[in-house]
Amino acid sequence: MNNGFDQFKGSADYVTSEPLRNAVNVSIALGRPLLIRGEPGTGKTQLAHSIARGLKKKLITWNIKSTTKAQDGLYVYDTVQRLNDSRFGDKDISDINRYIKKGKLGQAFLSEEQVVLLIDEIDKADIEFPNDLLNELDEMSFYIPETNETVRAVHRPITVITSNAEKELPDAFLRRCIFHYIEFPTPDLMEEIVRVHFGDIKKTLLSQAIQTFYALREIDELRKKPSTSELLDWIKALIASDIPHENISREVPFAGVLLKKETDLDYFMNNYLARAGTGRVLRR
Amino acid sequence: MFTEFFYALRRRKVPVSVTEWMTLMEALHRGYITTLDEFYYLARAILIKSEAHFDHYDVAFQEYFKGIPGSPELSEQLLEWLRNPLHRLPGEKQAEFDRMKFDELLRELEKRLREQTEQHDGGPYWVGRGGTSPFGHSGYHPEGIRIGGAPGGRHAVQIAQERRFRNYRDDLTLDVRQMRIALKGLRQLTRTGAEDELDLEKTIHATAKNVGDIELIWRRSRKNTVKLLLLMDVGGSMDPFALLVSTLFSAAHSSTHFKDFQYYYFHNCVYDNLYRDVERSETISTEHLLRTLEPDYKLLMVGDARMGPWELTERYGAIDYYERNEVPGIVWLQRLASHFTHHVWLNPDEPHFWRHHTVELIGKLFPMYPLTLDGLAQATRRLIVKR
Repeated sequence: MNNGFDQFKGSADYVTSEPLRNAVNVSIALGRPLLIRGEPGTGKTQLAHSIARGLKKKLITWNIKSTTKAQDGLYVYDTVQRLNDSRFGDKDISDINRYIKKGKLGQAFLSEEQVVLLIDEIDKADIEFPNDLLNELDEMSFYIPETNETVRAVHRPITVITSNAEKELPDAFLRRCIFHYIEFPTPDLMEEIVRVHFGDIKKTLLSQAIQTFYALREIDELRKKPSTSELLDWIKALIASDIPHENISREVPFAGVLLKKETDLDYFMNNYLARAGTGRVLRR
Repeated sequence: MFTEFFYALRRRKVPVSVTEWMTLMEALHRGYITTLDEFYYLARAILIKSEAHFDHYDVAFQEYFKGIPGSPELSEQLLEWLRNPLHRLPGEKQAEFDRMKFDELLRELEKRLREQTEQHDGGPYWVGRGGTSPFGHSGYHPEGIRIGGAPGGRHAVQIAQERRFRNYRDDLTLDVRQMRIALKGLRQLTRTGAEDELDLEKTIHATAKNVGDIELIWRRSRKNTVKLLLLMDVGGSMDPFALLVSTLFSAAHSSTHFKDFQYYYFHNCVYDNLYRDVERSETISTEHLLRTLEPDYKLLMVGDARMGPWELTERYGAIDYYERNEVPGIVWLQRLASHFTHHVWLNPDEPHFWRHHTVELIGKLFPMYPLTLDGLAQATRRLIVKR
């Protein structure tokens, strides 16, 4: 396929699956935003970085907070500055354009070349937030009444939106997106991921650590299951500590790095580690 | 093209719209999709917007592309799921299962499986989760099983058959975080208290109107006014659901957005006293609760509502002999339901087990929902509806 499809092939430092690559490419080709969901620590945000690197495009990140409004992404009219200038400043206040500050979306539209726009954690914002952006993302333009000006996208940005599903997104918004759910990596894929970060890791250490990690994730009673980033931290600690590799799955050293909640750690210590000698050990 | 597939999805209550269908047609038309495997993933990316629907998609995909209704070949797989969790049982329990007994159970299960396919979409799935089925009590659910393996080089229909997203369906019970998100629905923001929040927008406008003389505009801040009262059934027939209930409890407990949150326990049914702890050592009188809590507390009851009829309707019917309740449990439930204007009942049992005398009686007093993510979401909506 060479009709402009198949652009994104992943990048050296980010491991992707084929379905994910296809989803990225179809969203680029059809000009639809790509909505990414998945467990924390599965690399949703990293995907946008990888697309930008892979396609050699600039990345514009718009981090959404609970107070973010759709308007912030388009432009902000800094009336306070203008008021201040009118009273004390010696600047030209007749040019309203000087006080129109473009938001991330506005910057992405006005960029000379196509950019990757990451709208990170869209579900943090108010429930109405995605709806307020519908038109702008559809038409790729917005109107500034203060200056009677319409900002139109020079190049349609490649839009990646991540969500942790903290809030439901409105249907009208979802209809316009391409959706991909990043599954938690399989042990094989996880090995690949760890190798990307620790190139020269010992084979026994890697297999022991991954085996223990997935066994921990199988414990249903845990309130917060360890995710990829915790595994990477843990492996870092293991490498630094020089603990004999064959003891890792039995002793689970530095369990606190993997289990961040006190109750989880207690539960694990009492139910699994304490009885390790009597036969109840982590099973896979 | 594939129009039947569209309707197959709609039949499974997957919210696919014409807009999305046209997008898929566009992708097909432009030649982005050349193989069935690509079709499987791209159609999913374009049509399905929540991992909760992936499983329905898989079922519809199999149905359409194999031309068979339901999925009989799944039963082999299902038996495998059910065999698997046995390995995870603690040693002493495992000994209870001799080979004969287990085969018997499997046969019974196969029979039930065939019956259930007629009642539910994806019927096989319900088997084994049923709390009162022979499988539920021992606490090994197929929920815990994940079918791993990279999809590399496999056929799309096979991938659909794996149904790896069963665990993401929203009619399943899930973890603390997901429950907490569902509980976030319990929110009624009202502006209350003193005018102590600066209304920036209005201040700017007023100041601009004043030709630059600063004028400050204040308003009341928005606070959540929802107060939650959680009453949980513990012990006895609720034992298989202990983990589930404790998950709900920690979700509610760690939700910080309630104005007030109170919780008590009961055994089997509510009588003269409620308990402050799971061990049921410290009591509080139900009467006292009704007197001291305002009717605007949202009452969330959790229990299987399943008991002997006398335990619900008779004096001295309480399951614990020393309780000696003067007032039958049903009257206490009536008092609770009429005192608190917003009340619901979450039942961890599968809805098809609800055809039971006491469950139906209680169901008349309290709107009853299954203790699943979907049920919890419905219940919270019911709790904040304005009357």
